[in-house]
Amino acid sequence: MAAPCVSCGAPLSYRLFLGGRVSFARRHGVWKAAAAELQIGAGSQILRLRHTTGVTTKKNVAALRRETYTVDFIKKQIEEFNIGKRHLANMMGEDPETFTQEDIDRAIAYLFPSGLFEKQARPIMKHPEQIFPKQRAVQWGEDGRPFHFLFYTGKQSYYSLMHETYGKLLDVEKRQNQLQAKGLFSENTKTKDLIGSRWLIKEELEDMLVEKLSDQDYAQFIRLLERLLTVQRDAEEEFVQQFRRSVTIQSKKQLIEPLQYDEQGMAFSTSEGKRKSARAKAVVYEHGSGRIKVNGIDYLLYFPVMQDREQLMFPFHFLDRLGKHDVTCTVAGGGPSSQAGAIRLAMAKALCSFVTEEEVEWMRQGARRGGSRWGRELSPRDLGTADHRPTRQGAEEAGPGGRPQEVHLEEALSAPTQAGRGDAGVCAHVRPTDGRDLPASVRACCGMVCF
Amino acid sequence: MRVQIAATMLSRVTRLTSRTRQLDPGRILHTGSRAPQSVAAHLDDQAADDGPRAVSRTSEKDPARHGEQHEGLHYDIPLQDVGTLFPQSLPPRFSMQVKTFGEACLMVRKPALELLHYLKNTDFAHPAVRYVLYGEKGTGKTLSLCHVIHFCAKQDWLILHVPDAHLWVKNCRGLLPSAYDRTRLDQPAEASAWLKNFKTTNERFLSQIKVQGQYVWNKRESTERGRPLGEVVEQGLTRAKSATDAVGVVLKELKGQSRAGGFRLLVAVDGVNALWGRTTLRREDKSLVAAEELALVHNLRKMVRNDWHGGAIALTLSQTGSLFKPRKAYLPQELLGKEGFDALDPFVPILVSNYSPKEFESCVQYYLESSWLQHEKAHTEDGKKQLLFLSDANPGQLERLCAHL
Repeated sequence: MAAPCVSCGAPLSYRLFLGGRVSFARRHGVWKAAAAELQIGAGSQILRLRHTTGVTTKKNVAALRRETYTVDFIKKQIEEFNIGKRHLANMMGEDPETFTQEDIDRAIAYLFPSGLFEKQARPIMKHPEQIFPKQRAVQWGEDGRPFHFLFYTGKQSYYSLMHETYGKLLDVEKRQNQLQAKGLFSENTKTKDLIGSRWLIKEELEDMLVEKLSDQDYAQFIRLLERLLTVQRDAEEEFVQQFRRSVTIQSKKQLIEPLQYDEQGMAFSTSEGKRKSARAKAVVYEHGSGRIKVNGIDYLLYFPVMQDREQLMFPFHFLDRLGKHDVTCTVAGGGPSSQAGAIRLAMAKALCSFVTEEEVEWMRQGARRGGSRWGRELSPRDLGTADHRPTRQGAEEAGPGGRPQEVHLEEALSAPTQAGRGDAGVCAHVRPTDGRDLPASVRACCGMVCF
Repeated sequence: MRVQIAATMLSRVTRLTSRTRQLDPGRILHTGSRAPQSVAAHLDDQAADDGPRAVSRTSEKDPARHGEQHEGLHYDIPLQDVGTLFPQSLPPRFSMQVKTFGEACLMVRKPALELLHYLKNTDFAHPAVRYVLYGEKGTGKTLSLCHVIHFCAKQDWLILHVPDAHLWVKNCRGLLPSAYDRTRLDQPAEASAWLKNFKTTNERFLSQIKVQGQYVWNKRESTERGRPLGEVVEQGLTRAKSATDAVGVVLKELKGQSRAGGFRLLVAVDGVNALWGRTTLRREDKSLVAAEELALVHNLRKMVRNDWHGGAIALTLSQTGSLFKPRKAYLPQELLGKEGFDALDPFVPILVSNYSPKEFESCVQYYLESSWLQHEKAHTEDGKKQLLFLSDANPGQLERLCAHL
């Protein structure tokens, strides 16, 4: 079957040679199946030794082509992984039955401590499915005829998905028309809550289909799904949910410390904060007169520089609680400015226990309201400099706390910066229709590449 | 009577200001706060215009009559008095403020009132009591001392004021070996400057006091017994070489004669911890000079000993100009060292601390009235809270902060 190998260009690298096992099974909707499932041989088994490289050409093409893994190889790896997992559990003295991936990670980090900065270069032990890239099974039978009816489109999974989705859309429309004709049509009161989720991004869809897509394809698909939803909000929920990812995780990340009570019955709350190499712990008391003691010293003496004291002021000022709380904090590491920043964060987190939920959300949005410059929408002009600081005069519309803080309140926890809707700086092709948070990596790459 | 009026005005004003506070919640010093938008109400502040004057100022110009009811209020010193009493001896920032505002206003505060109370009740038959004002940096020790000096001047005391003893132990040029005692060193420049200020302050006493010893300055000049003290001072001013010795003579004479009862003597030294600290002066052979090897310091140390009566000694510790002392040190033990502490040992310590809320309010009012605070959000409640936080009610910090606004 050398001919088909050569004729099909790009998908070549995804071919999984069965090592002789050939199957005639054909499936519709194989866009999903082709990705992960291995073709189970049924039918005549013609053993053929297949080499992964073009040895016939006598060139060392192995180095150029991506490695392909046989099914047996992957199965063997999985078995070895499982056995290894049990050995590891034994070594660590844990129960092999309930040894999870996190336990494995911890055990490996313990047994093979590595000081490498690149986290991905450190020793890992993961399931082979996560290590070896997903490859597609061979798409045609022994006689050279492809299994999938859309094989010759080049992007069979994608087109079959589109086909399926469109089929569903037509079904939904037909049902609605029928209901309308019968007069049983009612405005759907049940609005599907799409707030906390976003559509898949192109990379994720490519991963799912194990196929390269173009931007237009991706956009087309998302438009089709949107169209499906506009017709009927709760149509084909399961189907649609496959293509949505939740984004609510970040905003819920901020844990609110419970209040504690000391001997006199005064409520207080403790939390930690850090900036650069400074680590701070702050204890904020509910009633007080605005005294702050740092490492046992009054903050006026500890921070002679006005700028540092302004940093301390900011959380209270933002919540209009100046002079209402007493604070005791300890800080170590770093220099005066970073210590001030660390204490600021610690105090802000501690204050969360005293304020309502909306105020916590308000604090999260704090950057946009001119607290610090960090976390703001970066205009393309700002992205021109290395550290994204504006180089023009009068650029600071913020108050005196205008230095970029790495960790300002909850922004640190909601790490991705808000994608600007309709912001000229973001490329059109990545703008998700929902306008929700993009992972910072994607947004950054867009910012860099397009401008 | 005046006190009554002040009290009624005070109560009226507090009612007014509380009303303005309710009407004016919307002003912010920094952008980004969450205060609800409301109608700009700064006009209401204008309505209470003559009211706040009573909050921050008092018309009582005589320190002798300052009492607790004046606490937190500013009173102004007539400028000519300032010129007489404090010729170039006010702290630099304060003298700039005096020049800017055109008036010298001091706040009446508790430590000063305490010291005035002690001074009023001094028994001049007993040895002079030493009062030491100490406190953290920028809390108002020097200005409290100025208040006390003004009081004593009004009471017709003789003021011996050393504005900053640190100036005598650092950055001095032209050290000469003393004519009187070979082992000690003279500082002609500092001595002449001090003599000039002394003359300005105590003009009228110089002719009254008569010298009781005979002093030979050099081959040609000498002062006989019975000559007025003014001559000694003149001698020091004209002949720079004998300036330090003149200072020594003045001090000795005053100390000796104060017990006679002709006058009362106030010795006011700012930064007295300099006398027992290290110096940064070196001789020509680059060897370090110890504090006691300076004639001025030696004489001054003798002056602050409590072996004389007929007056009082008011001292201030200061970290600001001090040499080789950590920034956070403010206690007498830390700043004076063992030697100094023992030398000053029985003394009355008076702590000067940061502003109380009332004093803080008064100070901000004073700045507002003199149109010193130009920031549009400075007179709002929120703005004041921010100022309070940032300066932590420290007078020095507040002054520096307001200078920017």
